[in-house]
Amino acid sequence: MIQTNNLTFQYQGQPLISFPDFKVKGSEALLICGESGCGKTTLLHLLAGLRQSLSGEIKIGEDKTSAFQASKMDQFRGENIGIVYQNSYFIESLSVLDNLLISPYSADRERAMIIAERLNISDILLRKPNRLSVGQQQRATIARAVMNSPKLLLADEPTSALDNKNCKQVINLLLEEANSNNAALVIVTHDDRLRSEISACIDLNSYIN
Amino acid sequence: MYRFEFIYQLIYTEMLWKIAWKNIIHKPLNTSLCVCLLIFGVAIISLLLLIQHQLEQKFERDLQNIDVVIGAKGSPLQLVLSAIYHLDAPTGNIKLEEARKIMKNPYVKEAIPLAFGDSYMGFRILGTTEDYLNKYNAKFLSGSIFSKSMEAIIGSDVALRSGGQIGSTFMGTHGDSKGGHIHENHPYTVVGILKKTNTVLDQLVLTNIESVWQVHSQENAHQSQLDTIHASSLDFDHDHKHTHDHEHTDHIITADSMEITAILLQYKSKMSALNMPRIINEQTNMQAVLPALEINRLFYMLGIGATTLKFIAGGIMLMAGFSVFFVLYGRLRERKYELALMRSVGYQPRHLFSLLVLEGVILAALGYVIGWILSRIAIHFINQQAENNHNLQFGKEWIPGEEFLLILTFLIGIISALIPAWQAMRLDVSEIISEK
Repeated sequence: MIQTNNLTFQYQGQPLISFPDFKVKGSEALLICGESGCGKTTLLHLLAGLRQSLSGEIKIGEDKTSAFQASKMDQFRGENIGIVYQNSYFIESLSVLDNLLISPYSADRERAMIIAERLNISDILLRKPNRLSVGQQQRATIARAVMNSPKLLLADEPTSALDNKNCKQVINLLLEEANSNNAALVIVTHDDRLRSEISACIDLNSYIN
Repeated sequence: MYRFEFIYQLIYTEMLWKIAWKNIIHKPLNTSLCVCLLIFGVAIISLLLLIQHQLEQKFERDLQNIDVVIGAKGSPLQLVLSAIYHLDAPTGNIKLEEARKIMKNPYVKEAIPLAFGDSYMGFRILGTTEDYLNKYNAKFLSGSIFSKSMEAIIGSDVALRSGGQIGSTFMGTHGDSKGGHIHENHPYTVVGILKKTNTVLDQLVLTNIESVWQVHSQENAHQSQLDTIHASSLDFDHDHKHTHDHEHTDHIITADSMEITAILLQYKSKMSALNMPRIINEQTNMQAVLPALEINRLFYMLGIGATTLKFIAGGIMLMAGFSVFFVLYGRLRERKYELALMRSVGYQPRHLFSLLVLEGVILAALGYVIGWILSRIAIHFINQQAENNHNLQFGKEWIPGEEFLLILTFLIGIISALIPAWQAMRLDVSEIISEK
């Protein structure tokens, strides 16, 4: 479960952004839509604790993460949050399997195997990430994001680079994984195709300006 | 809670090691240059330390308490190197008659005559007295001291190489070189084998002085004279015994006309050890040398060369340090996404710092280990090159002082990684991920 309260943020020399309050329960999904530059990614990074908000409150489960120290937040993120970025990031020198096990809070090989099976990447676990197709990379990224059985699953434009078929596949995978981990799923996107899949939606455009 | 913290730390560390190691071998071209530089720096310094340490130790051990060496005029260093260390050819011979005058000097505590003979399998055959054995605290593995001419004692290395046993015989080869003229008419019989002393004794064949004369003078057609020589005819006693057996006078005169190669002297006081050489050098046609002085000079000269080499090796190490820095710093740009990823899966800034330092440490460790092995391989080849010179063989063991090189190498790895590590620690994850 994730809940926000009066979140604001300000870049140096730029106008203050205040974000709408929202609440997502476990196994539920929320779309945050809006044009580029409206602060979608900023909001996602605030939720992930990669940035500190100017004011307001974020609550994940029972923890008020907006009050956490930086290093405490790193640990909390490792234990409770899964993130799927727009681009796939891997440690190039490690195999896909080791990339799944990369987090200090999810070094469980058995779980990696189960998740890989579910996401249909079992046969590529020993390859290096740069040998994967874009679709495989996307699935490996999702697999890594749920390795720690997260309470919160965040996705930043997960489908913008994908064709319709892959787009539908990825969004289904995200929903399934959020469901099987009982995680709150928050997707930040400007991809209108997702609106037909997820009904709950906040349009940031209407809050900014 | 603390227990969990601890387990997390362990997991962190293990994965960090894996990432660090994989990163280094992932792009070997990038890292091989700085490892190569480290290897060469370490190898050169290690080799220098090894050779210097062993040379000094060896020279000190073999010097014992020899105050003065007397031999034919020539290079003083050559005399010392030949008479004490058997590393060089002798400067020439001296008349026994003149030598004996010095040996009987009341200030002399002990005088050991040396007559260089031939060689056996490249090992020098040295005519001397029992005092020489005592000087190096020689102990017999088997057998005993020679009691008459043409009996020989062999040092431990000689025994090992030749397989010689008590009672076996061998011929000397003229001069020091292999393949010289072999004195076939004069076989030596092994009567004693010495335990290893780690001194020059290990590489010598010892016999009495008469044997050396006998072999050579016969070749020089002095046969009739020398047939009469036997051990008791010689008086090397410095106590100046006037009760000398007069029926041997003829033989002594015969012996006095003979030559020996050098005398090793120990004086009763350091003062006379300092004064005597001047007198000998001025008043006789022999030369007297203070070996400690010569060896100090030799080490001083070697030291200049060694210092130069150390500076060069130090320069290489410095460059290695820079290259570690450049490799880590340069790859930071392409690795920033990986580092950002690590942050987003739960690593804290201090873990990224440790990761980079760990990579520096691994590079240093690679450089040190391979460099150390390389220095030992180099010693192996140096030993092979100097195979004919049994006195110049080096061990491959760990040498005191090498721990400083180890620490230095690791410090270079760590310090070179500090700035890149600091940069890695301060990466703004959100910014890096947003920019793509």
